[in-house]
Amino acid sequence: MSKKNEEYDFKWCPGCGDFGVRRALEMAMIDRLEETGLPIENNVVVAGIGCSGNLVHLLEGRQPYGFHGIHGRSLPISLGVKMARPELNVVVVAGDGDFLSIGAEHIGPQAARNLNICAVIMDNGVYGLTKGQSSPTTKLGEITSSTPFGKIESQLNPLELYLTLGVSFIASGFSGQVRPLAKLITQGMEHKGFSIIHVQSPCTTYNDTFELLKGNVQKGIEPGLWEIPEDHDTSDKAAAQQLIQQGGVPVGVLYNDTFRPSMDHQVEQMWARANPKTVQELMDAFEF
Amino acid sequence: MEMRDFVVRFAGEGGQGVVTSAEGLAQAATQVGYHAQTFATFPSQIMGGPTWTQARIAVDPVLSAGDDVDVLVAFNQDAYDEHNSDVRDEGVIIFNSNEFQLEGDSRGFGLPFDELARSTGNNRAANMVIIGALAHLVDMPQQYLEEFVTKRFTRGRSGDEEIIRSNIQAMTLGREHISESGLALGALAAPNPPDFAQLMLKGNEALALGALAGGLEFYVGYPISPATTILLYMERNLVGEGKFAHQVSSEIESITAILGAGFAGKKAMTATAGPGFSLMSEGLGLGWIAEIPLVVVDVQRGGPATGLPTKTEQSDLMACMFPAHGDVRMPIIAVGTVEECFYGAIKALTWSERYQGPVILMTEMALAERVQNIAKPDLSQVEDQRRQVYEGTNGYHRYAGFELSPMPLPGNPGAYVANGSEHDDMGDTTHLASRHIQMTERRFSKLKLLEEDEYETDNVDESIVMMPWGGSKGPALEAYNQMKASGVPVGWYYTMYLNPLPPKMLEELKKKDLVIVPELNYQGQFASILRSQGVKAEAITQYTGLPFKVRDLVKRITEVTEAVRKEAAGV
Repeated sequence: MSKKNEEYDFKWCPGCGDFGVRRALEMAMIDRLEETGLPIENNVVVAGIGCSGNLVHLLEGRQPYGFHGIHGRSLPISLGVKMARPELNVVVVAGDGDFLSIGAEHIGPQAARNLNICAVIMDNGVYGLTKGQSSPTTKLGEITSSTPFGKIESQLNPLELYLTLGVSFIASGFSGQVRPLAKLITQGMEHKGFSIIHVQSPCTTYNDTFELLKGNVQKGIEPGLWEIPEDHDTSDKAAAQQLIQQGGVPVGVLYNDTFRPSMDHQVEQMWARANPKTVQELMDAFEF
Repeated sequence: MEMRDFVVRFAGEGGQGVVTSAEGLAQAATQVGYHAQTFATFPSQIMGGPTWTQARIAVDPVLSAGDDVDVLVAFNQDAYDEHNSDVRDEGVIIFNSNEFQLEGDSRGFGLPFDELARSTGNNRAANMVIIGALAHLVDMPQQYLEEFVTKRFTRGRSGDEEIIRSNIQAMTLGREHISESGLALGALAAPNPPDFAQLMLKGNEALALGALAGGLEFYVGYPISPATTILLYMERNLVGEGKFAHQVSSEIESITAILGAGFAGKKAMTATAGPGFSLMSEGLGLGWIAEIPLVVVDVQRGGPATGLPTKTEQSDLMACMFPAHGDVRMPIIAVGTVEECFYGAIKALTWSERYQGPVILMTEMALAERVQNIAKPDLSQVEDQRRQVYEGTNGYHRYAGFELSPMPLPGNPGAYVANGSEHDDMGDTTHLASRHIQMTERRFSKLKLLEEDEYETDNVDESIVMMPWGGSKGPALEAYNQMKASGVPVGWYYTMYLNPLPPKMLEELKKKDLVIVPELNYQGQFASILRSQGVKAEAITQYTGLPFKVRDLVKRITEVTEAVRKEAAGV
């Protein structure tokens, strides 16, 4: 949506992390335009439901196609778009509630297929739009509107989940570092297979973690964010696992499997084994 | 005695060749110019379990599986115990004497299928032994059988000759054995072969073929009885550049993936049965509000939840027409014959493209698994109709106005957001009352684009008419023909377009004193929908998991017509 649409009345709260993610995605799409010459309309942004999904309406400048569907189903919608039209660049934008709770069942199958799309996940550790309920990435024991006596489920580590499920490109980023985040998204879009850019994108209203992520010297808070060392071997799954075990929020590319063929590539290879028949031939086979 | 048709039921354990025998008989008969239809029912397990298949062979086109069994082929004692009461008194029961012995039933004849098959050197020829015996019972010339076997097994392989020889020998042995018994049913009249090409196929095969003929490009599905065969057919055949078929991980993935594909410009479809259809509820609402062409096939089975996975019922109509929350009313095409499976699939795809939204194609287990001979469709007559595509510049308002508008395709100018939230004409979320009014009216207005003017009628001057839907068409039509011949005053209406109904038909129905709807569900779902549109409709229901018997329909419909007339006469 360009800025002109006055009818659209949704707003992110001031300071919301999602502003940074939006900007990073805009940059990545423009970089892609400059790199490949393919128009912005060659991008399809499939959005989940929640504050984060509204990103698809808030993008500025020349507009990509968007699909703002139903809660939890951005991945299988993106499966449909990508396998229907493999030449399109398909990006999923969703939050931790949409992607990791109601939609979690779809991560494994897309990882197994190595679906060639890029998912940008905005993790704020809370259900913001429904006003502050606990999500899979909310801390154990946390008091939220839906956990009045403290959360009893343990906190999910999404990076560990992605690695276990076999997602072929995994990166971790922060909404406050827009240019580096744009670079990660570009890498994810260029990756031939299923990429997830998991972004810490704090909710300033219900779960403001900016300080915890960036640290505060005066208060003696160590930053939660830390850069993945340049010598990290992104093809090494065990090394990626070790980085995750170190705690905090690593920033950069954790894992990148460049060998596994993507789903669209595998399907193309299958054609040679299939020897497809025309509809007339198929019909003739039933003639007697 | 000359016969115009005969009915054979094969019953035994799953895996004993019950289905292949029935289908083999049907194929043999159609090959020489008869008409045939089978009816199959299976247990929901991989191996074994009681199973039976019925084949009806006739000189004239077959409308139903047949009420009475002329010949029962019992593969084991349980099959005999379960089915012998359905065999008419003058009928014959061929039992597998390698498996069990039968005494005290004058209809019975023991045939050692397996032993006779082995003696030909072809262990797999047991069903040919049976077919030979059946041919003798109806006095079918040996030449027909030999023609069938020769045609079927001439496949250009080195062993063909030996297979043909052993199969013909097996049929001859079956024929010779039973001829010694003196049992006979009569002489089946000579066939009246159609002068046009024919196909012999199952309902699900016809539906899949129809969808491909209609230009289907994208199919995903999840295994579920009785829809799985469509998935398997597509995975094998919907392959190549621009095409895609795949098994996904749930029906939620099925519906949302075809939403993505339909949005991206493809003709997209999935097929499922009741439980999977229920999971698609929210996705169907999304297709309706975001205006995305797609087709969902519901191969109905029995009951709610897991229900009766391998039985037949017509109990999903309400769920199919109103699957989703919010104001939603899905277009419905319900097919009633194997032939309609083919043409209905093409029409469903055409509808979805024409009005840019989801279309539900309803079929049912009895139709899905039935083998039948149909006239071979002429593909040159099939049109691959496509949606109106937007071809302008950027800045397009995709959802402007109260009527259908051209749809932009990703990759081209005209980018918009296909939105499952209520939206403005650009596709951005809004809560304005005026927008919700506009969009709701816009969505419903598009249903008008699907109004057809074709439907079937007979005796339209009668004030009482019958109007079946879906797979009850066959038994209902056979019942109608009998009632018409015996002078029962009743008319006939039929359409596969259940929503929207052909408007002219609806107007005619509204003028009737009574519209009798035979349907396989408890609530009388279609009758209820007709009443909501101003038609005086009453259902005749059955919920056994099996199709209607013609005899029951004749009796119940005749009773209703008599009661109405008595009431009208003030008796």
